[in-house]
Amino acid sequence: MAETKKPIIQMKGIVKRFYIGAPNELEILHGIDVSVWEGEFVAIVGASGSGKSTLMNIIGALDRATEGSYMLDDVVIEKAKDIELSQIRNQKIGFVFQNFNLIPRTNALKNVELPMMYAGISQRERTRRAKELLKMVGMEERMYHQPNELSGGQKQRVAIARAMANDPAIILADEPTGALDSRTGRMVMDLFHKLNKEQGKTIVLITHSNELAKETGRILTMKDGILYGDGEVTVV
Amino acid sequence: MNLMENIRLAWEGLRANKMRALLTMLGIIIGIASVIGILTVGNGLSDTVTETMGSLGASNIMVSLQEREDEYLANTMMGGEIEEENLITEEMIEALQERFPYQISGVSLSESVGAGQAKSGRDYANVTISGVNTDYLDVNSIDLIRGRDFQDRDMDGNRNVAVVSDKLVNNMFDGNIEEALGQEVVVHIGDEIYAFNIIGVYEYEASAMGYSTASEKNIQTALYIPVTTAKKLADAPEGYRNFTISASSADNSAVFATQASDFLNRYYSNNNDYRVMAISMETMLDSMDSIMSTINIALSVIAGISLLVGGIGVMNIMLVSVTERTREIGTRKALGATNGNIRIQFVVESMIVCLIGGVIGIILGTLLGYVGSSLMGAVAFPSVSSIALAVGFSLAIGIFFGYYPANKAAMLDPIEALRYE
Repeated sequence: MAETKKPIIQMKGIVKRFYIGAPNELEILHGIDVSVWEGEFVAIVGASGSGKSTLMNIIGALDRATEGSYMLDDVVIEKAKDIELSQIRNQKIGFVFQNFNLIPRTNALKNVELPMMYAGISQRERTRRAKELLKMVGMEERMYHQPNELSGGQKQRVAIARAMANDPAIILADEPTGALDSRTGRMVMDLFHKLNKEQGKTIVLITHSNELAKETGRILTMKDGILYGDGEVTVV
Repeated sequence: MNLMENIRLAWEGLRANKMRALLTMLGIIIGIASVIGILTVGNGLSDTVTETMGSLGASNIMVSLQEREDEYLANTMMGGEIEEENLITEEMIEALQERFPYQISGVSLSESVGAGQAKSGRDYANVTISGVNTDYLDVNSIDLIRGRDFQDRDMDGNRNVAVVSDKLVNNMFDGNIEEALGQEVVVHIGDEIYAFNIIGVYEYEASAMGYSTASEKNIQTALYIPVTTAKKLADAPEGYRNFTISASSADNSAVFATQASDFLNRYYSNNNDYRVMAISMETMLDSMDSIMSTINIALSVIAGISLLVGGIGVMNIMLVSVTERTREIGTRKALGATNGNIRIQFVVESMIVCLIGGVIGIILGTLLGYVGSSLMGAVAFPSVSSIALAVGFSLAIGIFFGYYPANKAAMLDPIEALRYE
């Protein structure tokens, strides 16, 4: 597998410290080394306070590491300027949040168009692709509905369509089923599996549920700021 | 992202909170409306004043005696008696006319006798008796309806003839002008009684500058008699404290005013108390204009303060809006919005609020100005430049007061923003 596929995420010695007033400093991540390969479905599990969210923010280019190097789809993240980080988030990463984070008072179609708007894609192309994506997640009949007119599961499906908008290198899903009941949660997970299998999308799932993690191809466990691998762990 | 998209985005943001957007606009609406209203009324007013003064004769030059230590024309005009030896004599005026035959088309002289009442049986009319020379009616643009103007023989003979107003004819001769001509009018001033033969009737025009509460019946109009007759009746000294020159051309009348006063002041070079001052109507119009525009500016500044308050209101609401939409801002940033994208979105939103407020304000201000100026008798509309200024100004307020909140939104940390509850 490793020979044929290229690494999408390559992290070496990632350390994150928070300075909460000198001389106190808080080290959350103590040197993370990890690679995620193209087409993988990876779960990162860990108790709250383990540094899981901090790692996710760094993977998602929302935050920078204090030390270490991070390459996402051949782009060196630690050297990127703020405006470049915005572009990376726009082009390379599709976020799926626990609480959906759809833009309120904006219909499903416009929500899905949003990342394409920031990418500068024409209105016509945007609408065409957004409709296609909504069809893929089975929401084509609800595309003119506003978020408050949709159920939790429906909102999350719109959010997944939005995450796919710019055909990102990875989908980064943070507890995507956390706010859903088990049945709709199941549907969302099935959608991820479908994206992973049919489109070969690389997915990083952050969860505290071992059950969900076991469905994925590989489980990484965060504990006290260190990432422990299992299964097909690739130590770089 | 292009501008249209930003405008659409901002518009959606505003539509989500219609009531709030409207209340925010209200500050701008009131501010712009009052500025436009005041400017419009001011314009109407200064137009009226200019027109009125212009109708008195734009080419007229007022010549008056002035005390040397007194810098203000008004004091001399209102002031007490001036000794006979100091007055401007007819010889001086004739010399002036001979010296500048081409520049002077007429000289108007007058002598006031006093205010009184014309009576005939139960009919009466309030009048002021003014002695005038043959040029007076012409120079002061007084239009004769019937009869004749004064002639030299009236002056030379100190004749008891009068030119009266149409109002007097209305009151005393039932408006029959033909019948009034040649009739005798008897005027009581205090204990004195004077009688004049009516030779002409002029059209009374209310002065736009003076405001009279008198009814049509009690209105006071001028009754003109020959100046020589007036001098005799009032036992007035020879000579004049002021007179009006009608210049042949309005052009350079200010220059000619200086030449005329220089010429006359040669007679006063040895006079320690008085000198001659000549002001062209043109100069007076100019100074009146500048006074009006100063008042206008002062009022506009006051109205501008309300605009400032409106702007602060916009900023306040934008700050609330940014806080309220922190999560949305975080989401947008996660989806790839740059700081610039976020900043533009909020600035455009603030500009739209101010622009719509500005447009409504202009409409309201025009209405206000129209009603206000009609009440003052001079219908006026705001100038294109003041509308353009108002639009530009409201956009500037939008940018100025929207920038800080927009920048605050742009600088939000996406992680913090996404976590915001």
